[in-house]
Amino acid sequence: MTETPIRLTVNGVPRTGQCVVRKLLVDFLREDLALTGTHVGCEHGICGACTVLVNGQAARSCLMLAVQADGAEITTVEGLMQNGALHPLQAAFRRHHGLQCGFCTPGMLLTALDLLRVKPDPTEAEIREGLSAVLCRCTGYHGIVKAVQAAAPELRAAAPWPDRRSP
Amino acid sequence: MASGSWIGRSVERVEDGRLLTGRGAFIDDHPPVSNLSHAAIVRSPHAHARIRGWDASAALAMEGVVGVITGRDVAASCKPFGVGVTAPVHYYPAATDKVRFVGEPVAVVVARDRYLAEDAAEAVVVDYEVLPAVVDPEKALEPDAPILHEAVGSNLAGHRRLVYGDPDRAFAEAEVIVRERFRFPKYASTPIETYGVIARWDGLDGVLTVWSNFMGPFIMHPLVARVLGLPENRLRFIVPPDIGGSFGIKSSIYPYLALIGLAAMKLGVPVKWIEDRREHLLASSSGTDRVAWREVAARNDGTIVGMRFKWFDNVGGYIRSPEPGCSFRPTGNFVGPYRFQNLEVDASVVMTNKSLTGPNRGYACGHLYFETERMIDLLAERLGLDPVEVRRRNLIDRASFPYRTPTGGLYDSGDYAATLDKALVLAKYDELRREQARARAAGRYYGIGLALAVDPSVSNMGYVATALDPQFRAKPEYLPKSGAVDSATVKIDPLGRVIAILGTTPQGQGHQTIVSQIVADELGVAPRDVTVVDEMDTFTRVWSISSGTYSSRFGSVGTSAVALAARKLKAKLVEYAAHLMGVTPGEVEFRDGGVHRTSGKATPYSIKDLAGRAHWNTESLPEGMEPGLAATAVFGFSVARAVDAEDRVNSSNTYGFIAEVMAVEVDPDTAAIKIVKYVTVHDAGTIINPMIVEGQIYGGALHGLGGALYEELAYDDDGQLLTGTFMDYLVPTASEAPDIEIAHVVSPSPLTTLGSKGLGESSSMTVPAVIANAVSDALRPLGISITELPMTPTRLHDLITRARSSASEPRPPRSGHPRPEPASPTPLQ
Repeated sequence: MTETPIRLTVNGVPRTGQCVVRKLLVDFLREDLALTGTHVGCEHGICGACTVLVNGQAARSCLMLAVQADGAEITTVEGLMQNGALHPLQAAFRRHHGLQCGFCTPGMLLTALDLLRVKPDPTEAEIREGLSAVLCRCTGYHGIVKAVQAAAPELRAAAPWPDRRSP
Repeated sequence: MASGSWIGRSVERVEDGRLLTGRGAFIDDHPPVSNLSHAAIVRSPHAHARIRGWDASAALAMEGVVGVITGRDVAASCKPFGVGVTAPVHYYPAATDKVRFVGEPVAVVVARDRYLAEDAAEAVVVDYEVLPAVVDPEKALEPDAPILHEAVGSNLAGHRRLVYGDPDRAFAEAEVIVRERFRFPKYASTPIETYGVIARWDGLDGVLTVWSNFMGPFIMHPLVARVLGLPENRLRFIVPPDIGGSFGIKSSIYPYLALIGLAAMKLGVPVKWIEDRREHLLASSSGTDRVAWREVAARNDGTIVGMRFKWFDNVGGYIRSPEPGCSFRPTGNFVGPYRFQNLEVDASVVMTNKSLTGPNRGYACGHLYFETERMIDLLAERLGLDPVEVRRRNLIDRASFPYRTPTGGLYDSGDYAATLDKALVLAKYDELRREQARARAAGRYYGIGLALAVDPSVSNMGYVATALDPQFRAKPEYLPKSGAVDSATVKIDPLGRVIAILGTTPQGQGHQTIVSQIVADELGVAPRDVTVVDEMDTFTRVWSISSGTYSSRFGSVGTSAVALAARKLKAKLVEYAAHLMGVTPGEVEFRDGGVHRTSGKATPYSIKDLAGRAHWNTESLPEGMEPGLAATAVFGFSVARAVDAEDRVNSSNTYGFIAEVMAVEVDPDTAAIKIVKYVTVHDAGTIINPMIVEGQIYGGALHGLGGALYEELAYDDDGQLLTGTFMDYLVPTASEAPDIEIAHVVSPSPLTTLGSKGLGESSSMTVPAVIANAVSDALRPLGISITELPMTPTRLHDLITRARSSASEPRPPRSGHPRPEPASPTPLQ
């Protein structure tokens, strides 16, 4: 099958690749760019484990073709640390036991970031609604909700990040 | 004893750094071998069909295809898996003659990449002769039902009637008897990471290496070796450091270890297979659906004198080990927390054209306690007693521990009444009842439920033999089975750094953190100074049949092994330091990370100092001391015995306790259930890390809630799965997760090194019971009693509508099924 070249920016770094048109974005990230932090949980857009930011907005990388991301700016879980330290949201997940097996965690983090961008001061119900886009089977969501509640004021105080571009 | 400062603290997890930054190492992440080919599995579209033949020629001609193996190759190269019953059920890694459930593997296509493999999988032609299907366990036993396994002659994989005490007399003398029929649904835990297997065959050495997210039990290692005809020391299982959840489900990967292993052997290339979600829902594993008939015999004061259980467990198209654990895993705790001595269990294990079953969080205990705790409420209702009082009247007394149950269980410790009281106080039970009275006066449907459960951990694999007749077990050639062991190694390197090595397969439970806390306390160091390695490898780890991370065993058996290994090493350090000081070991003691003279002045030796001397200068060791600073401990329970001639077995090794109170309000128009209050109190003995313990409780509770309200692998009468995606199979999201108030009672286990017990399955086994009791209590004015799960809005709405439409005419209470004996509703005060 013929391959198509792809140019995109991932976690602030310009990347290029080449793949068949039908290749999913998540497979391209994991296999071609070796960014295995983004996980595949259902391949039909429900579980949310594969969520990344595409031009600042949360998107299912299992429902996108890699070629659709040509020219886009992608943020994956590997891009969240800042200057070698955990992002405040990552630190809050650790503090509040927001993860157990860690498989849904990348999708949960990026979904929560998108939520806090849109709603910087969410109520608990709004957090739960926003996070209902990602399934977790370990935590009962308790620690995750607490972590997002704790991180929200920190993110409000900090400069907008990692959203470098308005959608 | 553990008087140190780290056990009991909510230490942040060492696992989190890598998992939060995308650096985890899951099975799909880092190929352990290069030049992998990728497998796609061809699966049956029929629930029941005879296979006339396979034609892979079109697939083999397609781009990138390396090869295809079919059921014909499986039949030629494999033995069937051993099963836990005597019925001749021949279960192979793929169908060889007939398919018996939708999704059953029939062929494997291996190609250069997964996309090409899936293309070619569609081109494999299997010629089927479709046969009638049966999915209901009671219908499957009717004389005209289609037979799945002709060699068995019926769909009954196994049947046991177990009698403890004198149940006939108890029922004859009872002042009141309550009967009910229940249905428990087939649901799973759907870990977000699916199954994954990578196999490499080294034909020259004859070694098959299989990487997978298999969680154990490692009894499946000899099983797979036998299926593939390999010597056990030529079959290597390796488990990566991270597993993306399991909850029992990943114990059932093992047929795929054989299937992908066979593909690698036949095709001569390393093969990788990652299950997709559709495959997972169709064909991985789930708990059994069950039809249960229950009877309880009691006195008018609420004292239970006996029970009868009769159930039909649906294990799907074959019986896959460790089934029929669905029926027998809770043998030792069949009576739950209650004192009654007379019990009859009539267990039928039935095969139907559904997918196969296996351990699912709470293995068989969700079923058990749903039925028992509903029966206690029905008894209370019949007698006009408060359900709290009926439970209290029957609880095993604190002074009775260790308590031997009539079915052979040995409850190691507990204070059931105090745990119940704590839950009632925390829930403000009396206030909830007053609120209920106000709500009812206002025409609202508000109810309160209770549930109690003995929480068994660390299964004794001997329970599996309960499925076999005592006469069979009495034969001289029969080998009894028992045991529950785990091992750990603790070593100190030449610069004094501590490494602990486990043979466990954690799936999110934080073993590395827990072990670092334990070793830190034992050796007087900080947890960050302890590196914990838990990548299971059957070639390098010390393991046994019962190894693995299942049945909530790490909190009891794994932690004990680690503490014992650290103590062994500490004893060596003490002996060595005494030798260096020129005194006897009795004159020194280990404290604050070093060895000190008990009296008198002498420079203490730190661990680092001793490690340096021991490694760099073996001449300094006392005569006869083995060089090196490493200790391995294998911990096992002496209370794990084989099932006896009277079918009594201590089916687990430690037994915790759970007491729960839930209040709900039901909207009669939408059938929405609102959880107003949910309190859960646990006794898991010594708590090592409260944060991790509570994480397990939150997660377990939501699993139970999923099974009670949303999740069901539903089939139509033809055996087609109706819930094959996450759009249909409803997993609770953050919006459905209730507030939970958690508290603890601590009754340390006398059997484990640290007094801890397992807790990983926790409230998954109580929530179906507590919410069914609460909803039944709420809908009592309508005469509705919940006997069937999940309580989906449709099902509940139907019950409410029927009850309301017949409200004018006097009728017995309605349930999902005709009730064998109508009970008159008694209002609670």
